[in-house]
Amino acid sequence: MDTIYNDFVIRFANVNGSGSASANGMFAKALFRMGIPVATRNIFPSNIQGLPTWFEVRVSEQGYLGRREGVDIMVAMNAETLVEDVASVKPGGYLVYDNSKPLAKTLRRDDINEIGIPIATLLLTEFTDPKQRSLFKNITYLGALAGLLNIEFEVITGMVATQYKGKDALIAPNIHALEIGRDYAYQYLSAPLPLQVRRSNSLGDKIMLDGNMAAGLGSIYGGATVCAWYPITPSTSVAEAFEQHANKLRIDKATGQKKFAIIQAEDELAAIGIVIGAAWNGARSFTATSGPGVSLMSEFLGLAYFAELPAVLWDIQRAGPSTGMPTRTQQSDVLAAAYASHGDTKHPLLFPADPKECFDFAALALDLADRLQTPIIVLSDLELGMNDNLSDPLEWDDERRYDRGKVLDAQALDDLEVFGRYLDVDGDGIGYRTLPGTHPDKGGFFTRGTSRDEFAAYTENPEAYQRNMERLLKKWQTAATLIPRAEISQNGCNGGVLYFGTTALPMPEALDLLAPEGIQLDTCRVRGFPFGEEVVNFINEHEFVFVVEQNRDGQMRKLLINEHDFDPHKLVSITYYAGLSISADFIQQSIADYYQQHKLARLTEVQS
Amino acid sequence: MTFVAKPKTRHPHLPVNEIGLTRRDYEGAVSTLCAGCGHDSVSAAIVQACAELSLPPHRFAKVSGIGCSSKTPSYFLSKSHGFNSVHGRMPSVITGANLANKDLHCVGVSGDGDSASIGMGQFAHVVRRRINMLYVVDNNGTYGLTKGQFSATNDLGSTSKKGVPNLYAPIDLASIALQLGASFVARSFSGDKRQLVPLMKAALKHKGMAFIDVISPCVAFNNHQGSTKSYEYLRHHGQNVVNADYIGDHEEITADYAPGSVEDVTMPDGSTLRMYKLDSAYDPHDRVGALSYIQRKQQEGEVVTGLLYVDPDAADCHEILDTVEQPLNELTEQDLCPGNAALTAINASFR
Repeated sequence: MDTIYNDFVIRFANVNGSGSASANGMFAKALFRMGIPVATRNIFPSNIQGLPTWFEVRVSEQGYLGRREGVDIMVAMNAETLVEDVASVKPGGYLVYDNSKPLAKTLRRDDINEIGIPIATLLLTEFTDPKQRSLFKNITYLGALAGLLNIEFEVITGMVATQYKGKDALIAPNIHALEIGRDYAYQYLSAPLPLQVRRSNSLGDKIMLDGNMAAGLGSIYGGATVCAWYPITPSTSVAEAFEQHANKLRIDKATGQKKFAIIQAEDELAAIGIVIGAAWNGARSFTATSGPGVSLMSEFLGLAYFAELPAVLWDIQRAGPSTGMPTRTQQSDVLAAAYASHGDTKHPLLFPADPKECFDFAALALDLADRLQTPIIVLSDLELGMNDNLSDPLEWDDERRYDRGKVLDAQALDDLEVFGRYLDVDGDGIGYRTLPGTHPDKGGFFTRGTSRDEFAAYTENPEAYQRNMERLLKKWQTAATLIPRAEISQNGCNGGVLYFGTTALPMPEALDLLAPEGIQLDTCRVRGFPFGEEVVNFINEHEFVFVVEQNRDGQMRKLLINEHDFDPHKLVSITYYAGLSISADFIQQSIADYYQQHKLARLTEVQS
Repeated sequence: MTFVAKPKTRHPHLPVNEIGLTRRDYEGAVSTLCAGCGHDSVSAAIVQACAELSLPPHRFAKVSGIGCSSKTPSYFLSKSHGFNSVHGRMPSVITGANLANKDLHCVGVSGDGDSASIGMGQFAHVVRRRINMLYVVDNNGTYGLTKGQFSATNDLGSTSKKGVPNLYAPIDLASIALQLGASFVARSFSGDKRQLVPLMKAALKHKGMAFIDVISPCVAFNNHQGSTKSYEYLRHHGQNVVNADYIGDHEEITADYAPGSVEDVTMPDGSTLRMYKLDSAYDPHDRVGALSYIQRKQQEGEVVTGLLYVDPDAADCHEILDTVEQPLNELTEQDLCPGNAALTAINASFR
């Protein structure tokens, strides 16, 4: 049998709260440090201890980072899920399990390879402390995998040394547990397997981090000084990352005091209220939440839209509706975010697809909020936010200056003949604002959610109200020119595929899978809303466009049709919304089926 | 209410304060509230307090929620920015405003519907966080703008205009403010300017959460016999325990109060808060004692007013958060952006 290198899916089945996350994380990191492209997915319950949890690592020399169906290696460490875990292994795949207790006959499969390791028995003689025995189970299977898959052992031991720096007493027993596993694999198993890893140089200078971490860092770089938030999975780590890094990067050297303020609010209403109050008073501010929080924030979002105040909101989407599946991923807040609040409201959206883009968009969102004087909602999701993703290194252009938008200082007010907060002086729909306390006599005005005239005076005059609403539409058109352009790849195909956010992850693989079937598509990765001209052109220039997204109702497709009156028949909805991330196989299958059903012309004959 | 615009000219002999401004410089637009509304007296007290303290009238952030009370920031300090936000959410908006610029005076005006019902949570938490602000509740026990429904501060058994009794226990915002750590708690009556203005001055000078519950009768819906929030009821049942007087650096100390024990408290800026204890058994530094006193009197149908509690040394939210001296909204890119060089180490930590 020929050896296959760097191309498999391994899944760890564990009980949550058992310390498996750290061992599994080390497994992925070890491969990453060997230069091998990996994508990690934590499939976890909304629970702290005792429920099933899975950790999946996609290993792909080609750099495919999306989810792929089927498990090549299952590390089955949870008795409760053993039946489904065994069943999920692809024919020819491997089942790694603790054979201290024999596998039930009913679970045995002829078409897979069983690799039993007596982990509990091995540890019984080596460690006296039962807690250690339990924790080291994870480390032992990691050691065994090092042997089975040919992972460079020094890479793992190096990580153990880093991880327990300062707690040196833990280093030796951890390394011992690793060796127990590895030695068993060498002595009793046919290690290494024909499925293994080898050092690669396909990563370049890539880094590996989760999107929420990048969002927190980007908010620091973008100049946010106020963060208000309320804990909600999967967004919590955005605020935590901001605080963690601000405590290092935003400390005044002379006094040790903080150049930021962070408030864990009493709820999402207060969180967005604090953000809006801070922005009104001239501080860059942001919050992070998920779907239920967006619902709660909706009234305030309408106020900020109408009163024209900057705000940045990160929505790390999860599976809804209602509480839904809090620890599973979806892209199902597109419509809720785009039109959040009562009355005629709409909000610019940004759709990051990788950690680098989370970092960039965090700073960009703060600029756009100030420039457009309106809330900017960044739609990430659990897949991107909470999983370690490969990414280009984070960069900051030191020449870049914050765009604080149209804010008049005291001098500017003195130079001005007439100040009208909502006068469209420049014809872009954006008025000039002033901050509280700027000038003793000029520029003071009342911010309100009620209708007002160009000089911020309360009015219920029909013409004044309508003028204002139409100016807001003009501002919306300005927004369409400032939102990041879609990433488009066009090779003259008659069909296209449009997607956004983490649906980009499996897309290169899906397209590669479709190519041999004679299906080639131009691609458009939407990066923001309102849609730019290039998105409209892309759709107009194709006979049909697949809109691939991770929600039930095809929300992006509906948004496109709603905003631009596209012929609904032209936009073909492909949706996956079961809570795992969308896979390349699913996209390929859905598109191929559509071609089949509609007898669409292909470039070549289908290969058998 | 009146439809006559205020004249822009002022009387040539109006007295000027230390920064050369008259009271007119602290006023706002003409009120659109009902004639005789208690809220207008509260606005007038804010105007007088700010003028007498010689505070620059543009250095305020005025924030409110929704309701009659929340309209009032338009009627004072027109040189300052105001923000009429959403119902019950003044506390969060003013929290943000205060975090952004600690140097502005934050004045939040709310009502009993705004603070005791829809915004009860935000009221509780802004108090806990000790935002440096003056939090005024224009408390009339009724929803005026929607024509006279009971609010949550209405006393049990107090009747509506049509004689229907309120069936639920009242929420006493002053007691809750005390319990949740406000460092300045007062109650007053919009009809008692002599008590209210000095309290406002002391509250504006206080560093930290200064909460004033002002019983402010609604002449349209809750000023009848049977109401416990009427002018009549307060005149007979209001019981003043501690009068406050704010004494600036150069002011002569005079008093025309009835005799009682006097205590001077030094404020953070060196000025003096003089307290006249009208009930010698009352200690305005004893949070728990104050709470029990107020509750007992409430059971007897009395409304305790005056300066109920003060702790001039308590930390405010910025001190708790340990933020820099400079207002956060004045920090520049040099202060805020760590620059590309710092990313080298950050990127390395993700490899």
